Amino acid sequence: MTMNTQGRPTSPVSAANQSVDTVSGSKGLLQAEGLIFEIGTQDTTGVDLPTPKNRTGRLGGVARKQPTGLPGLSEPQTVRHYMRLSQKNYAIDLGLFPLGSCTMKHNPRLNEKLARLPGFADIHPLQPQATVQGALELIDELATWLKTLTGMPAVAMSPKAGAHGEFCGMMAIRQALVARGEAEARKRVLVPASAHGTNPATAVQCGFIVDEIKANARGRVDMESLKAKLEKTDDIAGIMLTNPNTCGLFETDIKEIADLIHAAGGYFYCDGANFNAIVGRVRPGDLGVDAMHINLHKTFSTPHGGGGPGSGPTVLSDALAPYAPVPFVVKDEDGVFRLVEDMEGDAKESFGRMVAFHGQMGMFVRALTYMLSHGADGLKQASEDAVLNANYIQARLKSVMTPAFEGYCMHEALFSDAFTADGIETIDIAKSLIDEGYHPMTMYFPLVVHGAMLIEPTESESKAELDRFCDSLESIARRAAQGDETLKGAPYLAPMRRLDETQAARKPVLKWTQPDANSVAAE
Amino acid sequence: MRYLPLTPEDRADMLGTVGANSVDDFFTDVPESARLSGTISGLPDHQGELAVERHMTKLAAKNRSASSGPFFVGAGAYKHHVPATVDMVIQRSEFLTTYTPYQPEIAQGTLQTLFEFQTQVAAMTAMDVANASMYDGSTACAEAAIMATRVTRRKKVILSGGLHPHYAAATKMVCEAQGFEVVQLPVAVDGENALADAVDDQTACVIGQSPNIFGTVTDLSKTADAAHDKGALLVSVFTEAVSLGLVTPPGEMGADIAVGEGQSIGNGLNFGGPYVGLFACTQKLVRQMPGRLCGETVDANGDRGFVLTLSTREQHIRRDKATSNICTNSGLCALAFTAHMTLLGGKGLEQLALLNHEAACDLADALEAVPGVEILTPRFFNEFAFRTPMDAEAVLAMLDEAGVVGGVRASRLFPDGHMGDVILCAATECTTAEDIAAYAAALKEII
Repeated sequence: MTMNTQGRPTSPVSAANQSVDTVSGSKGLLQAEGLIFEIGTQDTTGVDLPTPKNRTGRLGGVARKQPTGLPGLSEPQTVRHYMRLSQKNYAIDLGLFPLGSCTMKHNPRLNEKLARLPGFADIHPLQPQATVQGALELIDELATWLKTLTGMPAVAMSPKAGAHGEFCGMMAIRQALVARGEAEARKRVLVPASAHGTNPATAVQCGFIVDEIKANARGRVDMESLKAKLEKTDDIAGIMLTNPNTCGLFETDIKEIADLIHAAGGYFYCDGANFNAIVGRVRPGDLGVDAMHINLHKTFSTPHGGGGPGSGPTVLSDALAPYAPVPFVVKDEDGVFRLVEDMEGDAKESFGRMVAFHGQMGMFVRALTYMLSHGADGLKQASEDAVLNANYIQARLKSVMTPAFEGYCMHEALFSDAFTADGIETIDIAKSLIDEGYHPMTMYFPLVVHGAMLIEPTESESKAELDRFCDSLESIARRAAQGDETLKGAPYLAPMRRLDETQAARKPVLKWTQPDANSVAAE
Repeated sequence: MRYLPLTPEDRADMLGTVGANSVDDFFTDVPESARLSGTISGLPDHQGELAVERHMTKLAAKNRSASSGPFFVGAGAYKHHVPATVDMVIQRSEFLTTYTPYQPEIAQGTLQTLFEFQTQVAAMTAMDVANASMYDGSTACAEAAIMATRVTRRKKVILSGGLHPHYAAATKMVCEAQGFEVVQLPVAVDGENALADAVDDQTACVIGQSPNIFGTVTDLSKTADAAHDKGALLVSVFTEAVSLGLVTPPGEMGADIAVGEGQSIGNGLNFGGPYVGLFACTQKLVRQMPGRLCGETVDANGDRGFVLTLSTREQHIRRDKATSNICTNSGLCALAFTAHMTLLGGKGLEQLALLNHEAACDLADALEAVPGVEILTPRFFNEFAFRTPMDAEAVLAMLDEAGVVGGVRASRLFPDGHMGDVILCAATECTTAEDIAAYAAALKEII
């Protein structure tokens, strides 16, 4: 309570514009917060458990010698710890998150609510199948949506994230080659230079050799380069192609590419990271795709969670479907859902098991909730709005920034750093966006564009929000073109200034140690 | 459509700014034969919250939740109590709806929790360093095998007969794809140290598990010594993270790499995912690790902060030369894990582990008293295998009718084995004396 009977000033007094150093290290609402190892004690615990009887009779002496030494915090301390830390994070719930290729769209709260129903959240992957018929039905229903939207006949549900889905698709290709007796001969996988880093890494993980193909001046696969790579065909396993690609463009020649790969005896893996641009408008099955993963955490709104969990169901063509990983769900004639877990019967040609249990159920619930909410009509509208929003940004900024390619884009707008004055880099523009209250765009990716800035607004933004963002970025871009050196110090207004990544990597400190102990430095 | 802010007027206005007649103009690069007209058929149109909620609730109601009665299923996923605070933390928008912390100035919340997570996992496993998580325990195990081949430049991986068969299958698949040989030792309830006899100078690593799939706890020190003598690594696996509060951890046994499932701490059963893979190793192997690492540094003002580091190991920098293709990991599940561990502290973890062990001891005592039951697991933490005089599937079905979910039949996990009469069961702090009494009484009726 604040009384005002003593003539307390009720208008701000004009004061010099100065920074304030605080004793606590806090900055008003932004609270300083130490590590739990600095604020907790080893005697504290924030849970009330029954007192154990200290009975270890059946352990056979295989007991821990040194205690963990980890501190605990009481519940109020714990709540504050994470509250204070949370406020140092940017989030999609706070503002536009234009991270190209990452698809930071709205994460509906209904998804969260339904994923927490005990009938989904509190069931064990190995309890009797008769007691989880609703879960198996949900997986089957989600699979039906994914197959229908992609126009593909089969889908493997167990991959845990996008890169895991790539692994699934490439392993299916490998197994198909094994079945043809050509796995040893066909090792070469074509990957565009613009691809996500996961593509070449995945190909190698499946025992393939990566052969890079160039992009043309329009940001698409260079057909001459591709044809040259296909002069020799008997070692071709396939191609990994993102579509729409990482430049935010639809691969115009995609059907011809598919035909060429098939004619060479290879398979077409499509990286589906950008499927969100075309849902309801194009079915990858109509483009000659043999396998494609779908990032449920991009296209179908499951939250990114600060780095996961994701989920990467992978649709497969008739040519690859027999080699799908176990387990999968089948519906028997009597309407009962059944898990095929062993490599026999329906799964005798399977390439194997990728993971324990049946995939990311928690993400399946969220994704299906999102699909049902949007419906077929809403999903199409969402893709169209995502593409419109990106084109709007490109149109509004093209006079001050340099679009990487001519023409319309799909769901993300790509700019090069050609418009910046010498000495001003993409990172300076990105960090300056932080001061304007935005998360930076994806920077320096794709690799085929110098100083790339990849902006993906998604369909979740209103026109007013887009205009506000464009006003900010336009102003920064003008300053970059003029060589405004102050950009190089940004951000100024974030919880922290630019961090020293070089020092972090040179002498890695990867965990907290007692201040008097030797620091954990590698080598 | 409640998730789409653009109005028809906005759309028209924006198309004008862009200079397009309609959104169709944006899709002209699509081959004509692949352009869809109208809405994809066979799928429903949009629905309100209430309708969607009804549909999903109906599906959920067809499943029997682990909390609805006596429940004893383990074998890689465990029913534990998760404090309410943990779910509050992971539902904070700033954690839930943010991306991988590639922009550290506005991601210190995520980064600091990852640094704390890594420190906790390293301490719990008694290893030098831990990464910022993997998808789950099984994929962490597969990555450990690949890492061992990279470190030793050898091509043979040996799996114990007590390794969770899903972990074994995932590891075998990944290794064989890259041309590595996988030797699977015969299935054994108490055979982890058979790895010591199997290791040779071609071996990249031996992979043992404690507690293993049958619940058996084993000191792998002997195996570690044998492996090191031959220049091989020991990968030590666990599927029950709570065991680390009581059972000899990988680091105390001389493991080079420790991998396991972290679901038990902070995370629900979720029908198998999402879970959180734990991955730790010795200091000298750090630069061969897969996955993200968070490290300490300073900002331009000299203030302490955290960043993702050593990313030259990773796919987005190294592409085909990366240590792994992993990108997205289990960030939010790792947050749940670290928040629960922050509440527990080392002391709480130890208490929780003891309560789990004691519940399992009580369960074993009760089941052992049923004539015909033979406990097979010689030393255990919170789960064990037992033999019944009847087919395990039939026994479990009858238990189910009595309202008891009695465990997993071993034949579901080992279809080729001779384990038709073996049941794997687990008890945790959630298991009550009444649950145990109900199990024993029902089993006595059945066999």
